[in-house]
Amino acid sequence: MLRRAFPILGVLTAALLSYGLYEALIGAPIEQSMGEVQRIFYYHAPSAWTAFLLFTVNFVASVVYLIRRSIKADILALVTAEVGVVFCTVVLVTGPLWARPVWGIWWTWDIRLTSTLVLWLIYVSYLMLRRFSSSGQTPLMAAVLAVFGALDVPLVYFSIWFFRTQHPQPVIGGGGSIDPKMLQVALINWAAFLCFAGLVSWSRYRLELLQREVEETEALEALLDSGGAP
Amino acid sequence: MSALATLTRASLSKDLRLEWRSKDAINSMLFFALLVVVIFSFSFDPTAEESRRIAGGLVWVAFLFAAVVALNQTWARELRNQVLDAYRVSPAPANALFLAKALGNFIFVIVLEAFMTPLFIVFYNLRALGAAYQLLIVSALGTWALVVNGTFFAAMSLRTRSREIMLPLLLFPISIPALLATVEGTTAILTGDYSPKFWIVLLAAYNVVFTTACLLLFDKVLNAE
Amino acid sequence: MKFLYAAYTATWIIHISYLAFVLRRYIRLRNKIQELNQK
Repeated sequence: MLRRAFPILGVLTAALLSYGLYEALIGAPIEQSMGEVQRIFYYHAPSAWTAFLLFTVNFVASVVYLIRRSIKADILALVTAEVGVVFCTVVLVTGPLWARPVWGIWWTWDIRLTSTLVLWLIYVSYLMLRRFSSSGQTPLMAAVLAVFGALDVPLVYFSIWFFRTQHPQPVIGGGGSIDPKMLQVALINWAAFLCFAGLVSWSRYRLELLQREVEETEALEALLDSGGAP
Repeated sequence: MSALATLTRASLSKDLRLEWRSKDAINSMLFFALLVVVIFSFSFDPTAEESRRIAGGLVWVAFLFAAVVALNQTWARELRNQVLDAYRVSPAPANALFLAKALGNFIFVIVLEAFMTPLFIVFYNLRALGAAYQLLIVSALGTWALVVNGTFFAAMSLRTRSREIMLPLLLFPISIPALLATVEGTTAILTGDYSPKFWIVLLAAYNVVFTTACLLLFDKVLNAE
Repeated sequence: MKFLYAAYTATWIIHISYLAFVLRRYIRLRNKIQELNQK
């Protein structure tokens, strides 16, 4: 059943993405002060929201793993971390590309961008841990690290917030109210990204599940082979 | 509760005694710390006015690198003598081992800082314009923030390949708020421009959160199969 | 504005790179399964 749903969802996602792209580049109104460049917002912000959602799922999955030692929770944690880092990278690349033409500088210690950078660093270190640790304890270590990372997030936010009040710098993306039509376009793209992230995560999940089964089979084979021969 | 304290103290005094007798780690660390200070001084040669503003950052980056080298040695001795396996089998709570290690590292790093600080004062002509006693508070809180997570992640890194590089890879991102707070607090006190209160409170909060997390989760890390 | 196009292009390059990574792993895995089945 699930397997048949995949192509349909794929088409739906592609349609949503195309619609979102059209609205972002053409449909949405031009922003007064920044001009066309502001349209980067329609990819920058929804990517950030998607990344945060994925990282939240990672946290929940990690906690579930710590309590129940469920393999599925572990795989879900791995997958959401990877896809989350991908979306986070998009945020960190589009942010400076937006800032440079508007404010003349590539980087400011903008609270959202900086928090995203720290989050990206924490999750890349999470992925490094997964890659370098020996497979028996990997899920446990990774889950613990994810909990530490999640605990860190509010502290990161507050520390950067106060740093900025002492060293005022430009804010990327502006504060204040947003035009309803612009918000609508952002939300359309968010929905598209969520579907996209869902599909990619699902594929990655199934791949990982399959990979682990194959590794188990290989290990079993090796055992049997070595036991059989005299 | 007092069993925990007794075990912690026993483990800690054992570590300190070993360290004092061999002196190999502390000697190499002190020399490393001196080299770090000298190299930084060559790289950044500010006027007295500028130095107050940047010294906070410089000093703490130097301490951070020295601390990482110290932390990496933390479990090496235990591993060499297979003490970890003995701990796992014994009924002693894992927390006692963790606290002892963390306190030992704390003392170790404080000694390094106490050694490096006069050198920095000399090289950068430092003089605190704010309340200097607050520097002690910031140093203590900042050092504990680094050491508590550092000890924990050093234990986690034991079961990885490239274990020496793994520790800073894991420690640095998570420590960013603590580092920021420590540097800003130190700079605030040195320049006297603003109050370090917020940073001290943030450091205290950071320490409470992560000390609790480390104590709660160390058991799982130590006993991981 | 070229920054605008750069941003959108970069976004998709990043996403496609990750998809390529997943696809490459899948192909390697499928080959391995065929190998195991033949044994």
